[in-house]
Amino acid sequence: MSTTAVSTPPAPPTVVPQDMREAFAATVTAALDTDPRTALVLADISADRFTAAAARHPDRVLNVGIREQLMIGVAGGLALTGMRPVVHTYAPFLVERAFEQIKLDLAHQDVGAVLVGVGGSYESPGMGRTHMAPGDVALFDTLPGWTVHVPGHAAEVPRLLGPALGPDRGDRVYLRLSARGNTAARPVGQGLVVVRAGSARSRGVVVAVGPMLDRALAATAGLDVTVCYLATVRPFDRAGLHAAVAAAGRPDVLLVEPYLAGTSAHEVAAALADRRHRQRGLGVGRATEVRGYGTAEEHDRVHGLDTAGIAAAARDFFLD
Amino acid sequence: MPTKSFTRYADLPALIGLMTGDEKHQAAAVSTLDVLWVLYDRVLDITPDRVDDPDRDRFLLSKGHGPAAYYAVLAAKGFIEVPPLRRWGEFDSPLGHHPDRTLIPGVEIGSGSLGHGLGLAVGTALGLRAQGRTRPRVVVLLGDAELDEGSNHEAIAVAARLGLDRLTAVVVDNQSASLGWPGGIAERFAREGWAARTADGRDHAALDRALTAAHPDRPLAVVARVPAKYPAADPRPRDQRSPAGSGDRSAEHGGAAQ
Repeated sequence: MSTTAVSTPPAPPTVVPQDMREAFAATVTAALDTDPRTALVLADISADRFTAAAARHPDRVLNVGIREQLMIGVAGGLALTGMRPVVHTYAPFLVERAFEQIKLDLAHQDVGAVLVGVGGSYESPGMGRTHMAPGDVALFDTLPGWTVHVPGHAAEVPRLLGPALGPDRGDRVYLRLSARGNTAARPVGQGLVVVRAGSARSRGVVVAVGPMLDRALAATAGLDVTVCYLATVRPFDRAGLHAAVAAAGRPDVLLVEPYLAGTSAHEVAAALADRRHRQRGLGVGRATEVRGYGTAEEHDRVHGLDTAGIAAAARDFFLD
Repeated sequence: MPTKSFTRYADLPALIGLMTGDEKHQAAAVSTLDVLWVLYDRVLDITPDRVDDPDRDRFLLSKGHGPAAYYAVLAAKGFIEVPPLRRWGEFDSPLGHHPDRTLIPGVEIGSGSLGHGLGLAVGTALGLRAQGRTRPRVVVLLGDAELDEGSNHEAIAVAARLGLDRLTAVVVDNQSASLGWPGGIAERFAREGWAARTADGRDHAALDRALTAAHPDRPLAVVARVPAKYPAADPRPRDQRSPAGSGDRSAEHGGAAQ
């Protein structure tokens, strides 16, 4: 650490624990109690959080055991009869293991479901690569029509999940829960939110997705940039980004995403297709499989997603 | 030609001929013909004017390969018109070589990739049960080689454990599974708690009985045995064998009861 770090007051935390899984369970339990269309499909994971709901709604809380292909197939069948299925397990088993079922049993049948993944990129790093899914959002990008929510605070979960369970909803939604996030909930459901506006001569725009916001704010505290928060990444708020860039001094965009680096690069390119611009995407590295266990914070550092790593990348990108 | 002139079982070969135009493909699709006919003619409570009725019976063609027999039966029963059969597989035809539920009235699922129908059928049965709709049947048709896909075995286990007594799986068995099913297919279902029956897949009365006799509190599996797709003595790998009764392999991955 440098001497300046010793002389400055302690920085506020940029990563705080979030019990998004409990927020999810509470929201779905309430929907099960009030809407007979709601059904929950589980593959053992988190089943303990729904024992009371299962006792009240044995025909709508469906634990199929450790069978992820069937989990999605069952959701497709439920939706074909008019139900609104919620499907939940660890992200790698939910999205990667059963990906053809997601493609065919939901999208190709033209039916909807709400998929809720936990674990994300490396939230249980002691379990290693098998329980990591940094490519989940990129996989949904290979299919048309998915909404992808990446909340950064547990209080945002019901605001994103509740409407997805509404009576008129039959669309396809992926909700990516995290065990870590920001100190405060931010507005969600309305696209890009400007959290800290730069000047008219600013050096560009930072787009921080979900749990990355507080780190991105701290990492760019000394830079004249606009920092925006984004909890719904698909559909991407292209108009919002275009407006934020138009108000900035330079058309330079730094994406900070908690999953595979550059996942939203094509969206930034599409949003700014009518103007010359620069962009860089921070996220989980693509080049190597990180064969480490330890803590999520250690993986943050490896991928340059801790505050110091983001700060270094931001200086490099904006102060060219 | 008026549709009404093609409503009988005896008309099905002519309807298939409108699509295939040659005997090879007709042979490939025909393993399912009798089962499909018995289902739509005698078993299923579904008519063209009730394709959106929530209490209709559901038929899910999991084995989406070789759908000519399926389309022929749908045409004979008035779900689709006859003239489009001639144009199947064309870009703007609703009738592809694998069916798409969004393009064809009365088709419950799009299929083609093997191993998806039974899981969707389990979910359909669960959805109907959750809504208190205990009358509709959910019938899904698979091929014996399709059972190779592990996804089916997730569904077979769960369907019985959850007591899905309105669910029926029909497995058209033309012995095309490369590594076979020692002990028989019915045994696989019976072991998991299904009512399992085997019937001659050409015998309409036998199929009707197998499909309609009571099977309280458990799902029903009907194995419909049809002639082997490949000569039993052919020692070559499956993709190099010739279908029985044909000079060469018909469709690349398509054909009979995959």
